[in-house]
Amino acid sequence: MSGSEEQATIKDLDSVESGTSLWQDAWNRLKKNRLAMFGLCVVSFMIIIALLTPWIAPYSYFEQNLDLGATPPDADHWLGTDTLGRDLLTRIMYGSRISLMVGFLATAVALTIGVLWGTVSGFFGGRVDAFMMRTVDILYALPFTIFIILLMVVFGRNILLLFMAIGAVEWLTMARIVRGQVLSIRQQEYIDAAITMGLPKAQIMWRHVIPNTLGTIIIYATLTIPNVILLESFLSFLGLGVQPPQSSWGLLISYGVETMEEYPWLLFFPALVLSLTLFSLNFLGDGLRDALDPKASRD
Amino acid sequence: MSLLSVKDLHIHFHTRNGLVKAVNGVNFELNKGETLGIVGESGSGKTVCCYSLLGLLPSPPARIESGSASFEGKDLLHMPEEELRDIRGNRIAMIFQDPMTSLNPYMKLGAQLIEPLTIHSDISKDEARKRAIAAMQEVGIPEPERRIDCYPHEFSGGMRQRVMIAMALVTEPDILIADEPTTALDVTVQAQILDLIKKLQDKHDIAVIFISHDLGVIAGCADKIIVMHQGDIVESGTTDEIFYKTSHDYTKKLLNAIPTSGKPAAASLDTNKGQEPFFSIDQLQTNYDIRDGSFFGNGKKEIHKAVDNVSLELVEGETLGLVGESGCGKSTIAKSIMRLVNISSGKITLDGKTISSLEGEELKRARGDFQMVFQDPYASLNPRMTVYDSLAEALNTQSNIDKSALLDRVVNLMTDVGLPAQAIRKYPHEFSGGQRQRIAIARALALQPRLLIADEPVSALDVTIQAQILDLLLKLIQKYRITMIFISHDLSVVRYLTDRTAVMYQGKIVEYGETEEIFNKPKHKYTQALLSAIPIADPDKERSRERIIFSPE
Repeated sequence: MSGSEEQATIKDLDSVESGTSLWQDAWNRLKKNRLAMFGLCVVSFMIIIALLTPWIAPYSYFEQNLDLGATPPDADHWLGTDTLGRDLLTRIMYGSRISLMVGFLATAVALTIGVLWGTVSGFFGGRVDAFMMRTVDILYALPFTIFIILLMVVFGRNILLLFMAIGAVEWLTMARIVRGQVLSIRQQEYIDAAITMGLPKAQIMWRHVIPNTLGTIIIYATLTIPNVILLESFLSFLGLGVQPPQSSWGLLISYGVETMEEYPWLLFFPALVLSLTLFSLNFLGDGLRDALDPKASRD
Repeated sequence: MSLLSVKDLHIHFHTRNGLVKAVNGVNFELNKGETLGIVGESGSGKTVCCYSLLGLLPSPPARIESGSASFEGKDLLHMPEEELRDIRGNRIAMIFQDPMTSLNPYMKLGAQLIEPLTIHSDISKDEARKRAIAAMQEVGIPEPERRIDCYPHEFSGGMRQRVMIAMALVTEPDILIADEPTTALDVTVQAQILDLIKKLQDKHDIAVIFISHDLGVIAGCADKIIVMHQGDIVESGTTDEIFYKTSHDYTKKLLNAIPTSGKPAAASLDTNKGQEPFFSIDQLQTNYDIRDGSFFGNGKKEIHKAVDNVSLELVEGETLGLVGESGCGKSTIAKSIMRLVNISSGKITLDGKTISSLEGEELKRARGDFQMVFQDPYASLNPRMTVYDSLAEALNTQSNIDKSALLDRVVNLMTDVGLPAQAIRKYPHEFSGGQRQRIAIARALALQPRLLIADEPVSALDVTIQAQILDLLLKLIQKYRITMIFISHDLSVVRYLTDRTAVMYQGKIVEYGETEEIFNKPKHKYTQALLSAIPIADPDKERSRERIIFSPE
């Protein structure tokens, strides 16, 4: 086999047979998992609805119709109205904007800080690692609710602050998980190989370490989103989250609880939507874990 | 009637990626006191076959499609679980490959030894303990009364394998299945364990099924052999028939894959003594600090001298073999040269440049001159990068090459290591172990190094593949006139490949000289012991030779 012969057959990269990356493999496995695909569809549907809400919402979310009062579901108001005569479907749709935004943005914040913190800590090891991880431990020890209340008191209620506050708590776990992954990847020979080639440390982390932790990160992220949505609901329930007339699922549920006996639909529908979303995200997360776990490909 | 007879055994694995026919019609008979060797490369079905006898196969995905296995006339494959439990560990015992993971780390050895006894017979705790101590004594564990209360981590690999054997034999079984029992051990320890199994077999008249990929090991202990390849028996017969009247091509290939003689004549190099050394290590010392990782760093500090005052010199184009058992410091030398660990003292020079004292940018630029091929091709390639990306990254590290030239260079590298250029877009997991090692070699060569360190580059590969990779390495270092340090625990490989050899023991070089001289006339006691422990794939020689045992004072 001579070199020139081989070269003649390859003019550019596109003529080359392409392989299946581990990501494609995982996607193929995920596609076979019905429950996870159901979850993915539901979540995508929720996101699309949330994005389009200002244009497709049947009513305004703040205009009250006191004459109407609380009516059970009918042809005009599919999910009924609340005590102030506002359409519940509209309020749930607007609520999903807040809830999902908090879910995804706070997770993104947690992801960014956690991955960077964990990677640096795990990669450099030694004292850097000890210092960074003790910081995480100390932050862990702060009681979460008091931390949020303090933030609210000092900076006032602000939806942005809510993202930051939740993200600032969730990144701790993410950092620990990523650090653990990095520690084991750090022992792999391909990292040694990269060092012996003389690659800069930043490039080693970016190209060799982080891509190999992504599987775990994605799984954890999908499981963090429902956590965060729940957390927002909890804060809104306590009156620390968003303010009326804006709505979030947590806020709707909290009002629903107050009038549970007279107007059960006010609790039932928001709770249903929230549960459905959380289930879907969890199914998706479980499916991703199975799909990305290398052991699954061996059986 | 034979003790165990397996007839026309078919085992298939129904996996997500389709059907895998792991075992296709295996037949064998085993009589009392006999040793059956099963030889084959990884994936040949030899382990699956034996696991099925004890009902150890994971099912699903495994399914026994047809065939029978009768032990004293009883069908093992269709026996109810309770009956099988009586046989398992009691009548048929098993030793596993890795003594490091096959003992429960949270249980005292005594408890683990007593367990099979109390399960299979109703003897008292005291009686069981006595028998456990006797068993430990029998497998050559010193001070068994004291050590029975130790935990596994207090034992070395060889000692743990002795415990495993004691555990298997404590119930006095009729059949012992040994699944690569010495593969994870050093050669000198391997020799001891093989002798032990043989001795105990003769004493208790046990039948042994010995699974191994190593024909040398099989040659010494088996009465008859079956050779397996991809689930089929390709050849079976007595040991002498297999070795001296080989009929099947695959068996011949296996036998020929073992390097037996010295380096091919064409490859030999005149190591001119007067020449300036091209690469030298001068009084290298590398210590590992063993300290507790407390935040304030005031923990106790212990120093382990992994490499202790080692000096070596290589002329350009020479190949040096570095041999020794695990933990002797040979990999630490490699890491010290590659600057993956910090050295404590000494000097390493390559072509007049002191690489041991370079720092920062200078070190990064110099790294292209010395490259390394790692042991495990499954761990040395980034699983998320295509071959093209890996090689292009290596090419781009030391200089910026434009895209079309880069493609040419990658294709050249692929051709050099004998891989199809069409495969450059594929990912590591789509290649076999041997092919992966070729990619790793290509990556090391991408930087056009002057010195190549190969750290056990073939020990994770099957024998037939090993030979191909060694020939490739040899071809490439000659083509590009690369100086090589070849690290291995496998002495026959070192003899095949190298000009000079250094033998290491506990961080020190105990013998250093021309390879042929060391192999023909070893001077140091340790080298002699090491050489005498290598199993030879020749039954007559293997049965008759004597082993030298090295005991450091």
